Amino acid sequence: MAAKVVTVTSGKGGVGKTTTTANLAVALACQGQKVVCIDGDIGLTNLDVVLGLENRIVYDLVDLVEGRCRLRQAMIKDKRIPELYLIPAAQTRDKSAVSPSDMVRLCDEIRPEVDWILIDSPAGIERGFRNSIAPADIVLVVTNPEVSAVRDADRIIGLVEAEEKGPARLIINRVNPVLTKRGDMLDPDDVLELLAVELIGIIPEDESVVVSTNRGQPVAFEGTSKAGVAFRNVARRLQGEQVPFLNLQENNNGFFGRFTRLLKPGRV
Amino acid sequence: MANWLDRILKTNSKSADEAKERLKLVLIQDRTNLTPGQLEAMKNELLEVISRYVEIDPKAVSIFMDQEGREQRLVADIPLKPAASRRRTR
Repeated sequence: MAAKVVTVTSGKGGVGKTTTTANLAVALACQGQKVVCIDGDIGLTNLDVVLGLENRIVYDLVDLVEGRCRLRQAMIKDKRIPELYLIPAAQTRDKSAVSPSDMVRLCDEIRPEVDWILIDSPAGIERGFRNSIAPADIVLVVTNPEVSAVRDADRIIGLVEAEEKGPARLIINRVNPVLTKRGDMLDPDDVLELLAVELIGIIPEDESVVVSTNRGQPVAFEGTSKAGVAFRNVARRLQGEQVPFLNLQENNNGFFGRFTRLLKPGRV
Repeated sequence: MANWLDRILKTNSKSADEAKERLKLVLIQDRTNLTPGQLEAMKNELLEVISRYVEIDPKAVSIFMDQEGREQRLVADIPLKPAASRRRTR
């Protein structure tokens, strides 16, 4: 095996990088792939809680890089799926403890053993971002259909290109079909036209993401939630499969869609 | 009165369209590292240099940033005044 390293980044904070990383890791593992995810956000780590593995941490990324433990000791095995592992980043460390070349060396050590290495990058364009993209084969940029998130995504896409890690692929997260249809949210096509990059996922806004994060059980695990299906589709596209994008407007024909239309005829 | 009209027109236009137009402009600024003021100054200087050599009609000039993929390009369309009219004006 020779793993592909996928870095998930965004520029702006709070657009759903960690949720995306966790769900892609779970989706890939559920599809029979061997996956290691690395939390690149030293000092503000979150991938552990989103994956529901926060109580099992013994060693972290800094311990590993500084040689206080072996690779196997730092990899927390998810007991729910056969081949999913997390290398956490401790909350209390100084983020300068890890350098881009440390990350490249670490990923080279893991590569022969797994299919995918997913790195959750911190927001911003500082050291943590540079660490996270240094070993990347594929960079995924997560954005929301909002002006500030799109603007920051554009900046990051430019930086990824400058680091010769491009072309970045785009995930548009938290798309609200009702607002989009009403013309009060940027359409995924508009975002693509502005950013001029390749699209790899459109994730609808979905309450089940909030619920599943509360439980530490990413939506991609099981069930038919829209976001879960969308994340599983991204995982399949990463593996080279051609998967059509979900039609987000179709749920307007359901009960709530019809109900809203009754209230606001002609608008929804 | 004008404000009131503006507001009516704005609420009728879709906010997503406004977001897209605003983003288009701000992304050009970000990518070129030019403020709108600098872009305007550059245009004026360009026209000044060109009009040292040929006669142009400043009102017919169009200079703008265009996007092709992720590449920015400065597009200038500067119609020259016909030589005959130049002779006449001299």
